[in-house]
Amino acid sequence: MPEARTISADKPFSWKAFFLQWEWMLLVLFILVQVANSQLSSYYFNFDKPGDSAMKLIDATMTFLDKAFIALPMAFVIIMGEIDISVGSTVALSAVLMGVSNKAGLPMPAAMCLCLAVGTGCGLLNGVILTRFKELAPMIVTLSTMIIYRGIALIILEDQSVGKFPLWFEFLGWEYVGPSPFMLLAFLVCALIYGVVLHKTTFGRQLYAIGSNRTASYFSGVPVDRIRIAVYTLIGLMSGVTALFLTSRMGSTRPNVAQGYELDVIAMVVLGGVSTSGGKGRMIGVAISVFTVGYLRYGLGLRNVSAQVLMIIVGLLLIFAVMVPNLRQMAAEWMANRKRAV
Amino acid sequence: MVKRMTALAAVLLVCCLMVATAGEKKRYAFIFKSTGNPFGEKLMEGFKTAIEESGAEAILRAPDLPTAEAQIMIIEELIAQNVDGIGLAANDPDALQPVLRKAMRQEIPIVTADSATNPESRLVHINQADPELIGRVQIQAAYDMAGGKGDIAILSATSQATNQNTWIEWMKKELELPKYKDMKLVKVAYGDDLRDKSTSETEALLKTFPDLKVIIAPTTVGIAAAGKVLTDKNLKGKVFLTGLGLPSEMADYIKNGVCPWMYLWNPIDLGYLAGYALVGASDGIMTGTIGEYINAGKLSAKTVVSAGDGGTEIMLGAPFKFDPENIDQWKDVY
Repeated sequence: MPEARTISADKPFSWKAFFLQWEWMLLVLFILVQVANSQLSSYYFNFDKPGDSAMKLIDATMTFLDKAFIALPMAFVIIMGEIDISVGSTVALSAVLMGVSNKAGLPMPAAMCLCLAVGTGCGLLNGVILTRFKELAPMIVTLSTMIIYRGIALIILEDQSVGKFPLWFEFLGWEYVGPSPFMLLAFLVCALIYGVVLHKTTFGRQLYAIGSNRTASYFSGVPVDRIRIAVYTLIGLMSGVTALFLTSRMGSTRPNVAQGYELDVIAMVVLGGVSTSGGKGRMIGVAISVFTVGYLRYGLGLRNVSAQVLMIIVGLLLIFAVMVPNLRQMAAEWMANRKRAV
Repeated sequence: MVKRMTALAAVLLVCCLMVATAGEKKRYAFIFKSTGNPFGEKLMEGFKTAIEESGAEAILRAPDLPTAEAQIMIIEELIAQNVDGIGLAANDPDALQPVLRKAMRQEIPIVTADSATNPESRLVHINQADPELIGRVQIQAAYDMAGGKGDIAILSATSQATNQNTWIEWMKKELELPKYKDMKLVKVAYGDDLRDKSTSETEALLKTFPDLKVIIAPTTVGIAAAGKVLTDKNLKGKVFLTGLGLPSEMADYIKNGVCPWMYLWNPIDLGYLAGYALVGASDGIMTGTIGEYINAGKLSAKTVVSAGDGGTEIMLGAPFKFDPENIDQWKDVY
């Protein structure tokens, strides 16, 4: 009598596989960065005054968290196997419109809502174009809107800057809630929400499905177009959030802010273990990566490393991150070949 | 795997420990607008000399892009290092206010040089020369070069640069005089102190305004880029160039006639004065009030005067004219 067979998608749990996950590598990298930084500069972590130093490190998150808000929905986009490079320009346009409308007499809270609305609108437009004209690649569409959005910002404000926001607006980028900067708290809450959405909801599951095989997902009844519009709208909204924090930190804004943010954000997401070919990656990885890159830059800054060297180091780290899965596969193949030979 | 990791970590640690930690000397930092600017390098050289004369250590920083965001990040890093004072050439007069307020709350004195922040964000500004004079003298030069009539264009740095904007205001005021009724300012272009952008902006000016007689570039990066374009296009005698340039970079264009003469002050002295002002501020001798005298090393003592923006400043001196007669003496100096 043939034995009954069961087919299951669940793999048996293995400690080895658990610790070989990219997120653990990242955590090791994060700790290495901390160790290296505290050795390189006595100002990074002073062991004589641990409490004081810890506060300073928490404080330092304010220097890099503004763009991190975009990294969360960018992970969604990249998990779907797509990309959005218009985010930096969206930040600039939202910030400029907020500044201009406030200067024209719109009360600050309304101007802030406008900022978020403009960001959301920019994202929505990307989503609508991409779903209406399916043959267009996201890279090309968002490249065009990247130029258009910043172009509009430049038309509105030309080469000038707007500022003179009410003093309470500085709260966003400079003040604390208890011991934590407001920005850090806001980021952690957002990261938590995005993590839950990605890993615990149907919506999140559908993102992975689209990233693994868009056509198959479509024929399995996944509302691909609706989800894509939703994700692009979401990244627009978060670009608006970044615009709020960035403007609060600068106290004024102009059309050339947030240049190159798209690349910084994509770098954070990719280092976080999200595969650019789609269908892979987790929110915790993105969160760890945000802090790893941020503290690396901050630590090198404390050593007064020059701007060029800093860029090279961050670039090397990124190449390393992208190469690791390939290297791992090469190593596995090599091992398998050797076994076969024996 | 684990073994390899530990080995790697150990190697890293050893490398780190070899880098000695800083001593007990006082430390002063200067932040320029962006990297790769020869004027900025000379300025920081002077700053370093002054700081070292006072027995302290100088930290020289500049962001890779001339933006306020990047300067904010650097200032945060310097605050975390508890430096004893920060000097800077600001990329935006207002955008640095929140972070500079944070620095001043921690009793780090702020002195600006070359390009000022708003008065609330600084103790004192080191001004290269009277901005009115700098502005007016460049229009007078354009008048003499063009023979009293024709179109003028200005090639500036970034549109937020406080110093350039003040000079341009004075240029416009000078142009209102009846003497200049046949001269017209057709455009203010911004090369952002980037070589390639300044070059393409110059080319755009020449294309858009074929009757252009004079280009005024009140920035060292812009004037050098424009000098190269005019020389390459063989426009000597047709379009004249003047403004503020480094003698070492402009010597060729002054001698070949593209730029009959130009102005500048000594950036090394400017940085040097900023260094002494910062040390004085940190020692509590200089508080930035009008009428104070500060010791400025090899320069004579300088006075704090009121500035046009409502704050206070220290004046370095008058702009200096460079022409074919004297350029050879100066081109090797800076």
